Amino acid sequence: MSVLSSGEFWAFVGVMAGIYTLFTLGLQVQFGLAGLLNFGQVGFMAIGAYTMAILVVKQGWSMWLATPLAVVVAAAAGVLVGLPTLRLRGDYFAIVTIAFSEIVRWVATNEDRLTGGSQGTINLSGEGVATQYNGAWERFQGWVGDELHIGSKDVVMLIIVWTVALLLLWLTARLARTPWGRVLRAIREDEDATASLGKPVFRYRLQALALGAAFAGLAGCFYAWQFSFFGPDDFQPLITFFGWMILILGGVGRVWAVPVGAAIFGFLFAATRFFDFPPFSYLDSADRAYVRLMVIGLAIVLLVVFRPQGILGRREEMVLE
Amino acid sequence: MFLQLLVNGLVTGSVYAIAAVGVSLVYGILRLVNFAYGDMMALGAFIAYFANVTLGLPMVLAALVAMLAMAAISIALDVVLWRPLRVRRAGFMSLFLASIGVALVLRQAILLVWGPQNRSYDVDPFKVYVIGSVRLSLAQVVTIVTASAAIVAIGVFLARSPSGRVMRAMADDRVLAQISGIDVNRVILVTWVISGLTAGLAGVLAALVQSSFDPNFGFQLLLPVFAAVVLGGIGSAYGALAGGLVLGVATELSTWEGFAGGVDPVYKPVVAFSVLIVALLLRPQGLFGRARVV
Repeated sequence: MSVLSSGEFWAFVGVMAGIYTLFTLGLQVQFGLAGLLNFGQVGFMAIGAYTMAILVVKQGWSMWLATPLAVVVAAAAGVLVGLPTLRLRGDYFAIVTIAFSEIVRWVATNEDRLTGGSQGTINLSGEGVATQYNGAWERFQGWVGDELHIGSKDVVMLIIVWTVALLLLWLTARLARTPWGRVLRAIREDEDATASLGKPVFRYRLQALALGAAFAGLAGCFYAWQFSFFGPDDFQPLITFFGWMILILGGVGRVWAVPVGAAIFGFLFAATRFFDFPPFSYLDSADRAYVRLMVIGLAIVLLVVFRPQGILGRREEMVLE
Repeated sequence: MFLQLLVNGLVTGSVYAIAAVGVSLVYGILRLVNFAYGDMMALGAFIAYFANVTLGLPMVLAALVAMLAMAAISIALDVVLWRPLRVRRAGFMSLFLASIGVALVLRQAILLVWGPQNRSYDVDPFKVYVIGSVRLSLAQVVTIVTASAAIVAIGVFLARSPSGRVMRAMADDRVLAQISGIDVNRVILVTWVISGLTAGLAGVLAALVQSSFDPNFGFQLLLPVFAAVVLGGIGSAYGALAGGLVLGVATELSTWEGFAGGVDPVYKPVVAFSVLIVALLLRPQGLFGRARVV
């Protein structure tokens, strides 16, 4: 149990919770505000991470320019996905968005020259030339650490991620109370009524989708910096469902429920790593990994059955068709 | 070459078609987009593996065992999960998420029992039939024959049998069907049995055609199957059959050289989704769906 008492480990859990907060905040905008069933969020995350890494490594861009552009490209991808599909009914839209995220992963796996292929970003400059995209980030992280007199890189990362996350949470919570946010909620409750008041329903939805995609793109950049390396397998559809689980765990429609859900999820996900009491102690480490995901699947099912509104949510938000 | 691709497409398409009917019927009757279906197919394939390789049963018997097991598991899941959720009037979103949870549990269970290795059935992989310019493996012949029989059987069942008619009536207008005195619980039971049987059959056939399969192969099949369901119009069983065949043929033919040089085969899944997106733009209600349900 020594790892559990180590600060480094908990800082890592906190960083992941922060990244998941950004990722799920996008879903909160899309579903909590606009009622969009986006099941392809991980595709936008992948687009953000890859755009940043490719611009830095292949085009020699500064990270400070590449990152905003990566976020913009993720948002643009949201617009591109939304244009043909947002007119579809919710369930059709859900399926098409999963398909989108799988196409992104497929392209990332097979377009070796663009993305480094299945081996990931280590191959960005081609076979045999190891590459890094996070030099500027490490310098920035080191500078922040020096300024704050903190030695641990994970703790510095924790502070940066959560500063950004809290800022965006605050902005989103304000946005939800603006006329724009109210129109989105009205669309979610009754699309026809809102349209009959002369609101351009389609455009509002497109904006919500793009904004949520931008959050996912930013989460992708942080993910890339945290691990200094990534590949197509980091963007499995499972990640999207983790996001949905966090969203529901916290509560749909409440912006500040997202970090609560992400913290609980991060804790559960990390804690299940330490199932070393019977019957888990009879399993080898690969089998324990399966059991962990099984427990998470079971948790999703139980949550839906017993507390569909999450910890901070209202029940009406979830029973809506 | 063209003929060969067409036949290959019909083989994959017929597997998609069977699976798509299972997904579509459940959606039509229960308004549930069953995300666990891909992993149900995989579980069926692995149960058949257990019967065929571990117990040494003939392949046909193993497939039957898998189909029956999947039907039983489908009913069990309805009793412990889907029925309580119906009673609580869970929304579309809750049902979809719960099925994702089930999918995770099933896949990890397969990994836990059988491990991540590739598996193959105890059949002769080198037996090939040659008809004109077309070469068919034994697995492909078996698949196309079995799948055609299954498709006809499902079609006749839905069109002619009392249960099939009731199912179509309920998919069409649930409230009207209930008012006219249909035993809803019985219809739901029949729906799960058919969905389980098709999951088992489609899983075993897909595994046969691929010749080797791992625990993740069901999930990889799920997305083209969903594409087939949407292409045919969600909830329309005949549409799903047609959607599966169209998608299988379109995907295989896209690699034909006569078609603008052909698409790189690694992009076949992307072709499937492009077909889907184009089809949705032209006919958002699906090939056989009606405009009003969109």
